[in-house]
Amino acid sequence: MAVKNIPMREALRQALREEMLRDGRVFVMGQEVGEWQGTHRVTMGLLEEFGKKRVRDTPISEMAIAGSAVGAAMAGLRPVAELMTINFAFLALDAIANHAAKIHYMFNGQFTVPVVFRAASGWGNQATATHSHTPEPIFAHFNGLYVGCPSTPADAKGMLKASIRSNNPVLFTESIALYAKPGPVSDDEDLILPIGKADIKREGKHVTLATYARGVEWSLAAAKELEKEGIECEVVDMRWLRPLDTETLFESFKKTNRCVVVEESLPMYSFGSEIAAQLQENMFDYMDAPIKRVHSMDVPFPYAREIELMALPNAQKVIDAVKEIL
Amino acid sequence: MAKGITKEQLLDWYRQIVLIREFEDKCDHLYQEKKITGVYLHLYSGHEATGVGAIANLEPRDHVITAYRDHGTAIARGVDPNQIMAEMMGKRTGVSGGKGGSMHLASRAHNFWGGYAIVGGHLPLAAGIALEAQYNETGAVVLSFIGDGATNNGYFHESVNLSGAWKLPVVWLIENNFVAMGTRVEDSTAQTELHKRAIGYGIKDMGRVNGQDVVEVYETVQEAVAYARENGPVLIESLTYRYKGHGVSDKTYSERFGEELREYKENRDPITLLANRLNKQYKNIQPELDKLQADAVRIVEESVTFALNSPDPTYEDLIANIYVEE
Repeated sequence: MAVKNIPMREALRQALREEMLRDGRVFVMGQEVGEWQGTHRVTMGLLEEFGKKRVRDTPISEMAIAGSAVGAAMAGLRPVAELMTINFAFLALDAIANHAAKIHYMFNGQFTVPVVFRAASGWGNQATATHSHTPEPIFAHFNGLYVGCPSTPADAKGMLKASIRSNNPVLFTESIALYAKPGPVSDDEDLILPIGKADIKREGKHVTLATYARGVEWSLAAAKELEKEGIECEVVDMRWLRPLDTETLFESFKKTNRCVVVEESLPMYSFGSEIAAQLQENMFDYMDAPIKRVHSMDVPFPYAREIELMALPNAQKVIDAVKEIL
Repeated sequence: MAKGITKEQLLDWYRQIVLIREFEDKCDHLYQEKKITGVYLHLYSGHEATGVGAIANLEPRDHVITAYRDHGTAIARGVDPNQIMAEMMGKRTGVSGGKGGSMHLASRAHNFWGGYAIVGGHLPLAAGIALEAQYNETGAVVLSFIGDGATNNGYFHESVNLSGAWKLPVVWLIENNFVAMGTRVEDSTAQTELHKRAIGYGIKDMGRVNGQDVVEVYETVQEAVAYARENGPVLIESLTYRYKGHGVSDKTYSERFGEELREYKENRDPITLLANRLNKQYKNIQPELDKLQADAVRIVEESVTFALNSPDPTYEDLIANIYVEE
């Protein structure tokens, strides 16, 4: 077994390839996953290795991509359907929320829907208002669906493999900003990270930074700065928005009694709202300060670089929030 | 006259058609008596010949999927009327455990993949189920019923187009009853010959069939199934008629469409047409038809007794099957 430093997109590709080699029912479908080699180069080389049957280019038909993946999963295959970017998943929302998430329940367990919907998420590339969403919490609203959002290459690989092996539908988002960032990844083909398990990315005792995906990067950078002032942050990477690992969150909060939520997404009806509500309901006796939230500004995502960066979270905003509640 | 169709087949179709009619009339009564309390109840009365004639062509390995007007389709596929009636009443013994209701009947054992309540939502599922048949080379075909209204939403376009691109073994069968909820076909599209949509997708157009004549439906779908098994998707338009409102709560339907409705009931009724055919072809068959009618009354009464005496779902049922246990 070896550990190599590879970017997240390569870790995701390893996950797909290993699971396709392991299980003939697993196949990839979506816009530009084959001939184009994947819009974000995650599926690069898979067409050549596995052929057109298992690496299926689709028309630009989000409803049919998601919906036919649901049907194929019900019938016994294990599709990994790429929706290119999460912005396009809105077109497929009915297939995901009304069908993938509800069919197992609605027919009293007669069918299972082992499908994975993959989509790139996030902003900061001047992609503007329609191509910059981070709406993971919208999807996490729907019971019956799992929502996974990795922050490192190793997590991406282990979480995607778990998603593919799961018998439940999973929406899996990949931060565009993280695709090229390298990290250590094991080539152990059975390295599966369990669904719904958070990960403490840094230990600390003064404040819990509850976060996921790209927020982990800002949180770790903030923690590094704050350490110089003697402030020890515990960075809890939730990794899954559903199921939400409240156990790990609560254990951390019992120790720190303070929490700043850090997310790339928007503030209203959000990840931050949910974490704050969970802590207020369950951890009130441990709470020494109000829960603070760091998130994108509540504006449509603009084109101009200057003002786009203004609206995004960053490490300094996390530092400021921590200092407000200490 | 029908070639190669036996007396036994004709009698079996008669049996199914009168059973469906009786079942739906009973559902209507039970709704008025508030013994069926779910708000949505869409009756198949008038459509029977289309469902029965089409499904009669399928082998057990083949698949059936439909929208929310699904009671008759379920009966024609052989699902137990007791379990269907129990589902209407939300009982634990219902075919979907009382969790799906009238619009979500399914039986995995019968390869009856369900009724679906979002217009068009089942169409990509049909494509996906057909993809599994193609992927695993099972030789199975999918028979997908489509309401005329569904042909105007994106699911129809994307799913039929995808089936053509991938040559999926699907028989797309439009049940054109001329009215989508309350809006006439001619007010919904400039191309009122719905089968011609096939031309735009480059798939086989099998034209129009008289959906009130079970023999004509049977023969056309027979050809369609054989074609789909070998070559890929086909589209058929079955002209049929809805005897009741969109749902049982649609009170003004018979006022709006009274004259046309009378014409269908008097001159194009599936039961009358088949009874006439049988009487013309076989001497002294009326007593057999009367017996089938009496059997239908008894079977439906038994289903009501079964449903009324069945237990309600429990709290454990409420929270079961949200996810597959892993």
